[in-house]
Amino acid sequence: MEALIHHVVGKYNYWLYIILMMIGLYAMIAKNNLIKKLVGMNIFQTAIILFYVSIGCKKGATIPIIEEHAGMGEHAIRVADYINPLPHVLMLTAIVVSVSTFGVALALAVKIYQQYKTLEEDEILMRLREK
Amino acid sequence: MKKIGFIIVCLSGALLLYATQDFPRWGDPNSPANTHVSPRYIQKTLEETDVPNAVTSILADYRGYDTMFETTVIFAAGMSCLILLRVFKRKEEDRYYRHISTGVTLRVKGEKTIPEKSKEFERIDTIWTPYDLIIKTVSRFLVPFIQLFALYVLAHGHESPGGGFQGGVIFGASFIILAIAFDLRTALRRFKEKTDGLLAALGVFIYAGIGALCLLLGGNFLNYKELARIFPFNKIEARAYGILGIETGVFIAVMAVMVCIYVNIVSEGRHDEGL
Repeated sequence: MEALIHHVVGKYNYWLYIILMMIGLYAMIAKNNLIKKLVGMNIFQTAIILFYVSIGCKKGATIPIIEEHAGMGEHAIRVADYINPLPHVLMLTAIVVSVSTFGVALALAVKIYQQYKTLEEDEILMRLREK
Repeated sequence: MKKIGFIIVCLSGALLLYATQDFPRWGDPNSPANTHVSPRYIQKTLEETDVPNAVTSILADYRGYDTMFETTVIFAAGMSCLILLRVFKRKEEDRYYRHISTGVTLRVKGEKTIPEKSKEFERIDTIWTPYDLIIKTVSRFLVPFIQLFALYVLAHGHESPGGGFQGGVIFGASFIILAIAFDLRTALRRFKEKTDGLLAALGVFIYAGIGALCLLLGGNFLNYKELARIFPFNKIEARAYGILGIETGVFIAVMAVMVCIYVNIVSEGRHDEGL
């Protein structure tokens, strides 16, 4: 039991992201409305972004902006003082790309609405079968 | 379908939860992600690029290719929004005009229009809500400050959190606020569709152009230290200025694409009436 508590407390961040990811995945699979599916996709993406950012975290470290006076000897740059910048870079671009791909998805949804006058998946499938 | 979906989600979630026991603890400085390449970035960024913000130097220098193609993806997304939705033929719809001094609404049928610049009549949306003085005034006050802040975020990306992506989104938001508080036509008069498309392409061009300039000067693609041959700064400063240059390119492209996506989606590509 104590081992389990130790495990959960040490890694609760991953647990939270997995729960968030499950919510997004469920919305993508089970929801009938296309916009709700897209919102589910965005929740899924957010979970992955949070996961990456938390990977770069170091206990007791600060943001990765190196102090100017750092240099030789006593003031040498200590890696443990700065959090890992790499996941932040990857997610920085991923956030903007996810916004623009969401824009494209919404554009497709607008097109589908213009064609079928509905955004419900089952009604669209029904209309497709009628043809 | 819902039940099957729920079972699939629970199974994959349980699998991932089971896998967390092999993961490093949260905030562990010795985890695999924190040990291999990132310490080098932290130690060398100031020495090699003169940029204290490690995120900016990785984004624009160490991983310049990655960011260049991310910018291209954003550009492609904006253009696909435009291509999917834009329609140039005017729909045969009635237009509504409001007489400014009396508040009488006119409905003009079919093709006929009243000139946009008419002093007595103003065009209003089909679903029109009266303008709110507070929202209009506050947004008019805010827009220049939002734009100034966006430029600050861009220019200070070297020293503090910020850069082209963040600044570009803020700058794009200032046009979107204009379109929401007034109407879409006002925003499009300030920022024409043609300008928008050209700026989106110009941003990617600046990015790739700086890379190609480095190539012409005898270095590798996006190796900014070659810029020191034609500009009056040394090789390390050249990296910092090269980063600023491509961040500007990213800024312009992201700003134009954000406006493009918003304008096309809210008006279904007609650029006529919006949210």
